Amino acid sequence: MLKDKDRIFQNLYNDLGSDVSSSQKRGDWVNTKELTSKGRDWIINEIKDSQLRGRGGAGFPTGLKWSFAPKEVGSRPHYLVINADESEPGTCKDRDILRFEPHKLIEGCLIASYAVQAHVCYIYIRGEYFIEGQKLQAAINEAYEKNLIGKNAAGTGWDLDIYIHYGAGAYICGEETALLESIEGKKGQPRLKPPFPALIGLYGCPTIINNVETIAVVPSILRKGGKWFASLGREKNTGTKIFCISGNVNNPCNVEEEMSISLKELIEVHAGGVIGGWDNLQAVIPGGSSMPLIPKEKCETLNMDFDSLVAEKSGLGTAGVVVINKDQDIIKCMARIARFYKHESCGQCTPCREGSGWMWRMLERMAKGEATKDEIDMLGDVTNQIAGHTICAFGEGSSWPVQGLLRHFKKEIKERNKFDPIVKENKNIPYLVDQHLLDKNA
Amino acid sequence: MSIKRPSKNQPEKFEFNSSSLEEAKSIVSNYPQGKQQSAVMALLYIAQKQNDNWIPLAAMKYIANFLDMSYIKVYEVATFYSMYNLAPVGKYFVQVCTTTPCMIRGANKLIEACKEKISENESQLSSDKNCSWMEVECLGACVNAPMMQINDDYYEDLDKEKTLEILDKIIKDEKPKPGSYRGRTNNEPENNRKTLMDLKNA
Repeated sequence: MLKDKDRIFQNLYNDLGSDVSSSQKRGDWVNTKELTSKGRDWIINEIKDSQLRGRGGAGFPTGLKWSFAPKEVGSRPHYLVINADESEPGTCKDRDILRFEPHKLIEGCLIASYAVQAHVCYIYIRGEYFIEGQKLQAAINEAYEKNLIGKNAAGTGWDLDIYIHYGAGAYICGEETALLESIEGKKGQPRLKPPFPALIGLYGCPTIINNVETIAVVPSILRKGGKWFASLGREKNTGTKIFCISGNVNNPCNVEEEMSISLKELIEVHAGGVIGGWDNLQAVIPGGSSMPLIPKEKCETLNMDFDSLVAEKSGLGTAGVVVINKDQDIIKCMARIARFYKHESCGQCTPCREGSGWMWRMLERMAKGEATKDEIDMLGDVTNQIAGHTICAFGEGSSWPVQGLLRHFKKEIKERNKFDPIVKENKNIPYLVDQHLLDKNA
Repeated sequence: MSIKRPSKNQPEKFEFNSSSLEEAKSIVSNYPQGKQQSAVMALLYIAQKQNDNWIPLAAMKYIANFLDMSYIKVYEVATFYSMYNLAPVGKYFVQVCTTTPCMIRGANKLIEACKEKISENESQLSSDKNCSWMEVECLGACVNAPMMQINDDYYEDLDKEKTLEILDKIIKDEKPKPGSYRGRTNNEPENNRKTLMDLKNA
């Protein structure tokens, strides 16, 4: 288990209070000026050395992302945007950072803004987190009062303004370009990439977009050194991560642990075990709803990091672990996820808009045992026609969980849905949609 | 995609009152000059707050004028995002999360409670017109499942009995205490905490 002194989020459970003075006691804002005085290149290199990967789901190396920002500020200003639109089912880590460790985030914003030469930072919070947003706003106001942000922020000589922008209940706005559209006051529909936001982003200006957790760990990395961070976890999957363990466990919780921790330890030690014992485990969704599920056999030895999960054809995503035990109907669970994606599709491109509804309706019928056996392959076909054929990664996100279900639980679906299509029985049923097929057979 | 339709009964006129106007002006100043359109989402919230938690079409027209953008652009935004109510909702607006992590911990029991106490169908006002409920997608408090949101507050770690208690309170026009209903502190593992113990005991 990770040592307490290596935990970045000491106040994850709010034992200490989230105001500026108690945050300073925990080490926030102590030597911010000293850190920035070492220069942009030092900051970016230190982050590169730490091998920090984005915590929002895609796992893109943060140092590399920052280095894409233009070196000189041209006619267009640079922006930093923080993605706090946490809506992935199974994930609730950013919420705790916003309400209990806001100063880690704000200090991270200052350092990141300095590194990418932005004077304005927008924090995009999902609309449902209104109370959390208010807590963050209170922390921002405190920081302004103490001159930690604003003109000559924290004595660094850098000017920074931070504003909160509330979303309004659209999952898709967690996609970075949809988020930019949303800040610009439009529908949250993703943009084509390229151009990438690092060059043409918010209002057409260079914009760096990072997840809350990514930015909040930056000050600690710089203080303790990139080497320290890289020494945790394993190569290319370094550092600590907040895991959210929900579903059928005895003690669902958020916990900060070392990257590459074994899934079994996470569930058994921190979350008090599966309800009904480990043998009652059916499957685990390892990284928020859009990652394919992992069946029990593989859970025994699985390590929780980006690359080990990719090897299992899944992904770490946001590290929202949803545990599903044998008391649950796995097809129904996935049908509910499909309904989520059907509801949240932005409607911009056809494969996703139409396909997400198809997948949901087919899975609902499969859960009830009303589908024919041909439809199981048809469902797989639909998922393949969505994944990779949409503007943003939402298409993959919606079809992966269904593909995961088909990969590991095909037998269960087949057992429940084993009859032939009605057309094969050669019945003369009026008003049947595929009546023309019957006529041909006759 | 989800379909949202504006209410049939629309007020003729809408205008920001003085406090809304002040708030709106301060929001617009958060964005660069000429990019006032960015404030549309925040302004829709302000209009919604002023107008008993729903947005009439007149408010969209007013905001379009206010921000110097076309009415259809405002309408697009108001219909796209699910948190803008285009028809009246209860003074106590109950949103129950039923996405998978909540579902497998018994969110359907919460729906039963809402049906018993508030109204048979979702988005239908209760008989005293004070409450309404609806099913929503993930509210981002999955380790506190099942949970629901009433207006701005989260009510976590619920079961049917506790939901009925909460609903009884709002029906009596009292504000129930938000947070966990199993008495645990925030997101810590209940009675099983193994980390940061020095701080817990401090």
